[in-house]
Amino acid sequence: MKSFEYATPRTVDEAVEQLADKWGETEVLAGGTDLVTCLKQGLTAPTRVVSLKAVKGLKGISSAKGALTIGAMTTMGELADHADVQKHFPALATAAKNIASPQLLSTGTVGGDLCQRPRCWYYRNGYGLLAQKDGKSLVTGGDNRYHAIFGNSGKAKFVSASSLGPALIALGATIKTSAREIAADKFFQTPKTENERETVLKPNEIITAIIVPVNGAKNATYEIRHRQGLDWPYVTASVAKTNGGTKIVLGHVAPTPVVVTGNDPAAGAKPLSGNAYKVKMVKTAVKRALAAASNGAKN
Amino acid sequence: MATAAWPEKKDRSLIGKSITRQDGPVKATGRAKYSFDMNPKGLLWAKPATSPHAHAKLVSIDTAKAEALPGVKGVWKDTDLIGEEVRYIGQIIACVAAESEEIATEAAAIVEAKYEVLEHQVIDNDIKFATGRASEQEVGKVADGFKEADVIIEGDYGVPVITHCCMEPHGQVTEVRGGELYSWPSTQNVSRWADRLDDAVGIERAKMHVDCQYMGGGFGSKFSFDKWGIIGTLLSKQTGRPVKLLLDRDLELSIAGNRPSGYTHIKLGLKNDGTITGFEGSVWGTGGGGGYRLRAFPYVFEPKNRKTTMKGIRTNRGGQRAWRAPSHPQTCLLTFSALEDAAAKLGIDAAAFYKKNLNLTARPDVYAEELDIAMKMIGYAKKAHLRTKLDAGPVKRGLGIAMHTWGGLGHASECRVTINPDGSVKAEIGTQDLGTGARTVVSIIAAETLGLPLEAIDTKIGKNAYPASGGSGGSTTTGGISVSTRMAATDALNELLGIAATKLGVAADKLEAKGGRIREIGNAAKSMSWTDACKMLRTGSISKTGANNRTEAQKAGLIDAGVGGVQIADVSVDVETGVVTLIEMVAVQDCGLIIDMKTCESQVYGGVIMGITSALFEEALYDAATGRMLNADMEFYRIAGIKDVGKLKVHMMTGEKYEKRGIIGVGEPPVIAPAAAISNAVANAIGVRVPYLPLTPDHVLDALA
Amino acid sequence: MTADENTNMQGKGLSRRGFLKGVGAGGAVATIATGCSTIDRDGAVSLTPRGPEETSITLNLNGRRRKLKVEPRVTLLDALRNRLDLTGAKKVCDRGTCGACTVLVDGEPAYSCSMLAVEAVGRKITTIEGLGTPEKMNAVQKAFVENDAQQCGFCTPGFVVACTAVLTKNPDATLEEAQAGCGGNLCRCGTYVGMNQALMDAAKELKGGA
Repeated sequence: MKSFEYATPRTVDEAVEQLADKWGETEVLAGGTDLVTCLKQGLTAPTRVVSLKAVKGLKGISSAKGALTIGAMTTMGELADHADVQKHFPALATAAKNIASPQLLSTGTVGGDLCQRPRCWYYRNGYGLLAQKDGKSLVTGGDNRYHAIFGNSGKAKFVSASSLGPALIALGATIKTSAREIAADKFFQTPKTENERETVLKPNEIITAIIVPVNGAKNATYEIRHRQGLDWPYVTASVAKTNGGTKIVLGHVAPTPVVVTGNDPAAGAKPLSGNAYKVKMVKTAVKRALAAASNGAKN
Repeated sequence: MATAAWPEKKDRSLIGKSITRQDGPVKATGRAKYSFDMNPKGLLWAKPATSPHAHAKLVSIDTAKAEALPGVKGVWKDTDLIGEEVRYIGQIIACVAAESEEIATEAAAIVEAKYEVLEHQVIDNDIKFATGRASEQEVGKVADGFKEADVIIEGDYGVPVITHCCMEPHGQVTEVRGGELYSWPSTQNVSRWADRLDDAVGIERAKMHVDCQYMGGGFGSKFSFDKWGIIGTLLSKQTGRPVKLLLDRDLELSIAGNRPSGYTHIKLGLKNDGTITGFEGSVWGTGGGGGYRLRAFPYVFEPKNRKTTMKGIRTNRGGQRAWRAPSHPQTCLLTFSALEDAAAKLGIDAAAFYKKNLNLTARPDVYAEELDIAMKMIGYAKKAHLRTKLDAGPVKRGLGIAMHTWGGLGHASECRVTINPDGSVKAEIGTQDLGTGARTVVSIIAAETLGLPLEAIDTKIGKNAYPASGGSGGSTTTGGISVSTRMAATDALNELLGIAATKLGVAADKLEAKGGRIREIGNAAKSMSWTDACKMLRTGSISKTGANNRTEAQKAGLIDAGVGGVQIADVSVDVETGVVTLIEMVAVQDCGLIIDMKTCESQVYGGVIMGITSALFEEALYDAATGRMLNADMEFYRIAGIKDVGKLKVHMMTGEKYEKRGIIGVGEPPVIAPAAAISNAVANAIGVRVPYLPLTPDHVLDALA
Repeated sequence: MTADENTNMQGKGLSRRGFLKGVGAGGAVATIATGCSTIDRDGAVSLTPRGPEETSITLNLNGRRRKLKVEPRVTLLDALRNRLDLTGAKKVCDRGTCGACTVLVDGEPAYSCSMLAVEAVGRKITTIEGLGTPEKMNAVQKAFVENDAQQCGFCTPGFVVACTAVLTKNPDATLEEAQAGCGGNLCRCGTYVGMNQALMDAAKELKGGA
């Protein structure tokens, strides 16, 4: 790990001022559960790390005007345990609780979850976010069992690591940043170059809160996972049913969460050489998430 | 006169009881100092620089930049390797020692090396990559076996390379001071860790002081000093400071040992009634760059007419090492998958099939007895179903059986027992405690022999200054250290009895030590306290060294070799997600005379859990294009957590029949059968074989597709 | 900020002063440029970025204040093990997966390998050494010893801290709830059977039913 300086701003403005406008020159530290690992792995080598821990007003969950506002520095554990979240948004509570590690739940933050970097093993082993070698994708010809089956026609083949993203999109949430408000379904992007990241955030922009409308949607998240403790899901489906229709969003199947549009949630899937099994998982996860939402209490 | 023979059951006060391990409190409170925890004054941190290429010619190493980094105090370069080939990613080419771990890490990363990159090969599951001649073995005539058969059944199965993943990584703290080496290695071989290190570092063997009080797991991978033992010592010599060199997790998983893979095509000849008539199996796999051979194939069941061929695939991966019960878990999975597939195809219940063929095993009576107990424990009669009768609904249940065998004869060992005039007793032995309870076993044997409470024994282990004892491998430790301790304690006691005899007016051979007293056998009235007896020693302690002479000890019934075990798994499989859940598993095991029931059962539970982990999760995944182990971390190199192992029940075989054999080691056997039993249970549940471990959701769905 | 620190930063392309000019903001820059720092006595909050050189911090550790010098890049785990000789927390995966490094931060379990030491300032840190001694073990430690919930023992301190956290919070925990408290820890020797019993025994003792 390269050495860096450590900044502890106390306001959002101060935090933004401490951040460079180029990715990688500075990094934002929220819970640190991903960033510290990225620093150790040399995936980023900033000259400054800006901690949000002392920034006022980023923590906590409040209810007002038909919506729940979740501070970006709220921990995943606080989210999972919050009575209003459990009551209105089981899709979110489940997604958070399924992280299954009390250590991560107590430290990892909601904002950090949305901004964490992909777990693609080519990326994590130093081959770059897009894992290109001699102009070819290492993923396509390599071990892609955990990679994307949707949205993988470009260079990016990894899957979005966010646990909350699919649920937030299904629930029609808005991400509030230091500069603007972004609809959750516009928040994630598929990077086309090594210099882009997986969200539309600017390098000197931070998430401040997430606003989730309380609109009576029946919602649920279903994850297919192997280990009962801390593990990454193979496939996630988050669903929200309102009178206006049902929104289904898939996680861990594409470089971004994927909104299902037609009747067949696996339509358009283009598996790579080693992940066709995920197609079946998508169908199962959606079926079970829909069943859970129907059985669950209305929010 | 006390004799070395193990006491009769009625006379045992400690042996065979459930005794809490003595070092429990220091471990549970974080006070136990492992090698990784040693922080001698002036400590430097060392971090290796490694090859980023799976196969290349090393042209040059340039450490100038690393040396220029403030805080860097020492550099070692593998100059012998320049001009030679590096053969796997992670191979150590240089190392830096620095004032802090952070600086050492940063410096190691800027060591520059030039390579001429060569073609690499890491694929191990395709026989077309096999090199060299196949080794072939035929017993009887396999053609005759197949001629006798009504049906021939064939199948393909495989077990991937897995790693030891010791929680404490390989490495050591070394300090060269005054021409002597003080070393704290994480090792399972205290007495011989330093053997042959002398030439490499230029320090006499007699001047090497090895100390390992606590170590965080070895499983067969920590017998020698390794390259990092040499480097750490040389860096300490160079800098005049103690040096800590323990591997980071990625290196621990990729270069510090692994278990070779095994893939097979098996052909079985059978009568319609299930009688096995012939077996033919070809096996291939890799253990890295070296040779390849799996022993004990076919496993447990050895048809009279059988033929095996074996071919190795040399790969540019880190090299294999002994992994708890070398070869057995692989050949068990390969064999028992084929056996249970055959039973299923013939429509015969698996347990009945095994029973029918028990004459092909080395110990039919033991397996029969164990199988019946295991079946009762799991509720076999109620739960068992043929593979053709699957549960309705997406979640399907199934049972699977597997059996195993192991040697476990106690290793060579010496122990010194000293009785002091103040009544205190010391047992010194150059063994090590990997978590097996070895320290407690020494105390139990000494205390039992001397008729004292456990706490009366001051047991000293973990230093090569003590009488030499074998490395902890092959389930040989409990037998070895128990006999040497017993011999030493018996000798020492007999001398004390001789002294007490005059005072008590009873012949020494009519005396015994019991309950803290020396007394006439069968007459408590004629006795004296242990402390009073020891006071008669005045100034001279009694110190005796005992040894485990394996042949004599086995003849005398103190130790033996050869155990059997039967395990049955009860699983559920969700065929819509591919997720396998272990509901319950039972393990029936014999291991002769048990010294400490508590730590013995822990060994069996631990082995079963490690086996479950290999069945469900483990695989060292190598990328063909880059030659890199992709999951050299604990995120994607998964091991089981507390909720992943289901309900487990262990049954130890006890009673005269087993105990009269003496002690037999039990560290390895329970790890062998779980993968085969679970794989069989999955096949029983879903009606098809998932041919390759681990039984991950992707593999299960692929098998169902 | 000293002149020396300023000089040290020059070669890095992103000098503290130059960088902040580049950002072109107002108040904060003035504060920093004049070198007015607002570091509290433990070094918790500062408008002046700290490091990259070693910086003095004070940790509230096992009920004691411990002063030490660390670079901002030093993790809490490495600070504990390498600078304070508190070696109960172990380094195993070093990537926030295995839980061997678990400590309590304000009573909540956390991976000390994934937290910078400078982040721990102002928090109440409890390590395994703060939970009990071999002579006076806490309920979880006693239950681990009694039920042989440890073999090599290398993962044990992390498990003990995690179990203590979950059972302190909820002594009425069912086995499944207690196990969930261990969802971020891994053991290689396979001690989970003893651990299940230890969890239940410790819960009983914590409730006063032992």
